[in-house]
Amino acid sequence: MFNKEMVFKKIINDPYQVVDEMVEGIVLAHGDLLKFANNNKRAVVRKDAPIKDKVGVLIGGGSGHEPAFLGYVGKGLADGAAIGNVFASPSPDPIVDATKEINGGKGVVYMYGNYAGDIMNFDMAAEMCQMEDIPVKTVLVTDDIASAPIENKSERRGVAGDFYVFKIAGAAADVGMELDEVCRLAEKANDMTISMGVALGPCSLPHTLEPSFVLEDNEMEIGLGIHGEAGVRKGNLQTADEITTELMEKILNEMNGSKKVSVLINGLGSTPLMELYIMYKKTHEILNKNQIEIHSSFVGEYVTSLEMNGASITIIKLDEELQPLLERETLCSMFRV
Amino acid sequence: MKKNLNTKEFLKILLEISNEIENSKDYLSKLDRAIGDGDHGVTMSIGWIAVKEKISLIEDNLTFDKICIQVASSFLSAVGASAGPLYATALMRGGAKLKDCSDINCSQLADFFDAAANGIQERGKANLYDKTMLDVWLPAAKRIKETSTQTEDIIETLNQGSIVAHESMLLTKDMLSKKGRSSKLGERSKGHIDPGAASSELIFRTFYATCKNL
Repeated sequence: MFNKEMVFKKIINDPYQVVDEMVEGIVLAHGDLLKFANNNKRAVVRKDAPIKDKVGVLIGGGSGHEPAFLGYVGKGLADGAAIGNVFASPSPDPIVDATKEINGGKGVVYMYGNYAGDIMNFDMAAEMCQMEDIPVKTVLVTDDIASAPIENKSERRGVAGDFYVFKIAGAAADVGMELDEVCRLAEKANDMTISMGVALGPCSLPHTLEPSFVLEDNEMEIGLGIHGEAGVRKGNLQTADEITTELMEKILNEMNGSKKVSVLINGLGSTPLMELYIMYKKTHEILNKNQIEIHSSFVGEYVTSLEMNGASITIIKLDEELQPLLERETLCSMFRV
Repeated sequence: MKKNLNTKEFLKILLEISNEIENSKDYLSKLDRAIGDGDHGVTMSIGWIAVKEKISLIEDNLTFDKICIQVASSFLSAVGASAGPLYATALMRGGAKLKDCSDINCSQLADFFDAAANGIQERGKANLYDKTMLDVWLPAAKRIKETSTQTEDIIETLNQGSIVAHESMLLTKDMLSKKGRSSKLGERSKGHIDPGAASSELIFRTFYATCKNL
């Protein structure tokens, strides 16, 4: 019943207006914190931007991952976000508009998940900004274990690990570090961040209302991407403890003796908090058993995929340099510390 | 035999491509759902609707290069994604070969496609057989170039390009993806036509079909 005649219902007006209408809603709801850059509805920045003598942090990607990316714009995190159509990279326009608006004179770092489309558009925008003497550097997030082996970490795609990498870099910029140092810490955070996910049911683009992938009634898919890209294996749906154990096995393989971590259990859109906390319980037990200290935990929706049913586990390995940056005060419309 | 193409005819071709993309958007999205994230038809539709709107505002007497820049910019702004930079770069590089031209011959048209294909390769950094749109663009542009050295007939030249584009698109079905989201699938990317190759084939096919009926 679930797949064969799957019907997607959405509270929308016009599928071609969903992104603009959402962004307008976000800026209206959080007008105390956010504004448009150059009246561009795909470029949202901190209300107090630019912050003089601070490195600007620009994040972005396709829409449909809310609260990523707009929800992470604010003090202590990103200065701005450029967003595209649903699951599609922003074009260079909003990236350039946001860059100019958040440049406080110390340059801007671009951070986004490792996808070919995002790379081309952000690179084109970076070239344009550099022609106007704004220094721009780029750090790609590559946390998804399922998308490439560890030897090819730089080929991995970015999923929920965005959250930790953005947070660390945003804090480093907020502390007042220079562009190269912010980039070094962002790259370090990315090296320390690993994710693995599972999907139980697809999402659908508002324009097509077609399922992004097909699973049988009793199936799940391990390692599926946050846009419905196929994963590493399909199998029968298992219990929360079995799923969590399988995901954590892959993650523990890449722990390299790290003794302190922060954990994110991320819901992909329609998985209830109940199920996320059941996964958290098992994750906590597994980390305890392996004598790994849990510095902090985040459970909820941080990087979603429309109404996809599923979840991911992300771990960031912490040291004395990253920990205070993770703890640093943050005030965004959809996240605060 | 058709020896020349003017800007008015070129705009007509672009409009026909826009219509054809709209008709094929569900098919393109379906191809993309199989190995990607399912947005290619939607993205192309959004982009070519923007192109259509732009064309209705384009003044008379614009030369090929100016038309290409305006159309490329509106396409890129509207879509982003992967398709945006790739197709926009193709148009801009192709247009740059036709600077100040308002009427072109067969060999200039071949230069246009050649520069466009090279622009896609440079922007996307893909190679032949990576299962991308380049697997249509490089061989089709090559055949157009070869044919243009043997005939002055634009229609026959485009016909050859369209035939090769179609054959090349079908060949992507058995290729292993090495670029973009689908590259993460490994062996599972086989058995599906690449959606970018399919939209590219549509462009060569519609370019030819519209030209034939001008």
